[in-house]
Amino acid sequence: MNIYVLLKRTFDTEEKITISGGKINEDGAEFIINPYDEYAVEEAIQVRDAHGGEVTVITVGGEDAEKQLRTALAMGADKAVLVNIEDDVENGDQFTTSKIISEYLKDKNADLIIGGNVAIDGGSGQVAPRVAELLNIPYVTTITKLEIDGTNVKIVRDVEGDSEVIETTLPLLVTAQQGLNEPRYPSLPGIMKAKKKPLDELELDDLDLEEDDVAAKTKTIEIFLPAQKEAGRILNGDLSDQVKELVQLLHTEAKVV
Amino acid sequence: MARKVLVLGEVRDGSLRNVSFEAVAAGKAVSEGGEVVGVLIGESVNTLAQELIQFGADRVVTVENEKVASYTSDGFSQSLLAVLEAEKAEGLILGHTALGKDLAPKLAAKLQAGLVSDATAIEVAGGNVVFTRPIYSGKAFEKKIFTDSFIFATVRPNNIGVLEKDESRTGNVSSISVDVKDLRTVIKEVVRKATEGVDLSEAKVVVAGGRGVKSEDGFEPLKELASVLGGAVGASRGACDAEYCDYSLQIGQTGKVVTPDLYIACGISGAIQHLAGMSNSKVIVAINKDPEANIFKVADYGIVGDLFEVVPMLTEEFKKLKVNA
Ligand SMILES: Cc1cc2nc3c(=O)[nH]c(=O)nc-3n(C[C@H](O)[C@H](O)[C@H](O)COP(=O)(O)OP(=O)(O)OC[C@H]3O[C@@H](n4cnc5c(N)ncnc54)[C@H](O)[C@@H]3O)c2cc1C
Ligand SMILES: Cc1cc2nc3c(=O)[nH]c(=O)nc-3n(C[C@H](O)[C@H](O)[C@H](O)COP(=O)(O)OP(=O)(O)OC[C@H]3O[C@@H](n4cnc5c(N)ncnc54)[C@H](O)[C@@H]3O)c2cc1C
Repeated sequence: MNIYVLLKRTFDTEEKITISGGKINEDGAEFIINPYDEYAVEEAIQVRDAHGGEVTVITVGGEDAEKQLRTALAMGADKAVLVNIEDDVENGDQFTTSKIISEYLKDKNADLIIGGNVAIDGGSGQVAPRVAELLNIPYVTTITKLEIDGTNVKIVRDVEGDSEVIETTLPLLVTAQQGLNEPRYPSLPGIMKAKKKPLDELELDDLDLEEDDVAAKTKTIEIFLPAQKEAGRILNGDLSDQVKELVQLLHTEAKVV
Repeated sequence: MARKVLVLGEVRDGSLRNVSFEAVAAGKAVSEGGEVVGVLIGESVNTLAQELIQFGADRVVTVENEKVASYTSDGFSQSLLAVLEAEKAEGLILGHTALGKDLAPKLAAKLQAGLVSDATAIEVAGGNVVFTRPIYSGKAFEKKIFTDSFIFATVRPNNIGVLEKDESRTGNVSSISVDVKDLRTVIKEVVRKATEGVDLSEAKVVVAGGRGVKSEDGFEPLKELASVLGGAVGASRGACDAEYCDYSLQIGQTGKVVTPDLYIACGISGAIQHLAGMSNSKVIVAINKDPEANIFKVADYGIVGDLFEVVPMLTEEFKKLKVNA
């Protein structure tokens, strides 16, 4: 089985966000594999171990993303590909990223592509379904269970808390939801091996793409932080009086009940 | 510049979801005085058209077909693309719901269009339609415009106010027939797990429990409080990891992001990843026995105490309030 994982490098969830010069401040920030993409890597490894084949992890980004790709290799992926757009693309959006990924994948005969259902930074959840459409293959988003039998696939998908049982066939793209699996930590031997695994670096040129082909369809004109909340009120007194006061405050002051 | 905008009305258990009326309001803003056309897709959806019009759609186009009785991305994209083509619309708005999240990127790829997902506000400024949306799970926001003429967005529930319902409003309802075919994914079964019908992401009130709830049974008082307030129950990852509840209830950076009018956090410490999912709620109440808990930093009102004492008392007080109201 020929398996691809779409992996995005993102801010650590512990990071506070600050803005400098109209941009998100990245100085000193820790970066991680997007948590949903960790589930994707884990699932890909499990599918490979059960059905044979190879797992390739692909990222569109800059040089810095090599670290997260190496982590995926250390978890057990076989190969990694970095499409480095640092020098070619000034402004990208989800159209840009999905176009680049699909151009890379179009002649790879992927049986299964796994992405995250959403990136915790950009947060659009667009890239993976867009890639499926551009490759003209079916997709199922927010999956919590994947069973493959030949080319038949049975999936459980989370839909706002309910579960849908879906049947479909390979080739297929799916996106991971929390609960799909328990991602493994890279082992020490895994980390050693990862250093020797292939990590290819490509540029737009190698995909026969020009900057214009991937020009963004949307543009960010401003980034800002939410208004700081004023300090709240901790109630005092007898517990039952506090409860009565709270209900009154919610009713008459905050007017939410 | 006036433009014609399509708005998909999302049907759930036979009724339109509230987010669809919010999407109509969004469509109205995006149309800049042009026409807002509601679209309904399903086996039998005609009867819902009038309500979309009462909430501000100028008219409605339906696609009725047994093959779109349930949502599939193939069935719905074929239907919606057929309407788009027939109407030559220049804008499209969906709710940022499970359906909207699944469908919109596919349509955007097909149309080679941009898409702004999860918009929380829309304004027209400097000749552009400007969308505001959260990034970093609500730790920051960005404003986005389109560099192409087609405007396409999904709107986050509970953020864009609906237009006032006008029962006297009328509009044309037409239907087009679409040859829906080649559905590549088949829904075999739907297992209902979500509690008592109030959807977490659309709920006006969320009562959330954390590790402090201590067990699956510990969620019972929270459920009672939620039901008195007509709200939904949510959870921290701590509670989900400890198997007190299903992961589908998780709120936070790797769970659902919610913006209810009232968020009541019970036995939740307030980790940064949890705050990302709820700190933009309008009013936050925290109940925690640790006065130093981080959750009090974002709370509008806090009670330091044992949730097993406080929550049932709250339920009783709210019941009294409802009786008196
Ligand atoms: C040069 C450049 C500059 C950019 N500048 C900005 C900017 O200033 N502001 C802005 O909002 N966006 C910018 N982008 C776009 C940014 O990369 C998007 O955030 C990206 O398209 C992913 O969108 P998202 O974060 O919404 O991911 P989602 O669509 O939410 O991601 C869902 C899933 O898609 C896959 N995926 C997403 N992105 C990638 C990727 N890069 N590589 C591999 N798989 C991926 C992962 O599986 C992920 O879990 C820029 C892009 C480029 C190329
Ligand atoms: C990559 C990543 C992603 C994550 N994503 C999320 C996410 O999406 N959502 C999320 O919630 N977390 C997330 N987390 C986990 C997060 O860091 C915290 O571990 C988690 O939120 C803690 O849950 P908690 O507040 O329920 O538990 P704890 O931190 O253990 O807090 C329990 C609280 O209950 C109080 N308490 C105990 N008993 C009582 C009682 N009887 N009455 C009143 N109060 C009581 C205690 O004082 C304490 O404050 C993520 C972590 C990582 C690393």
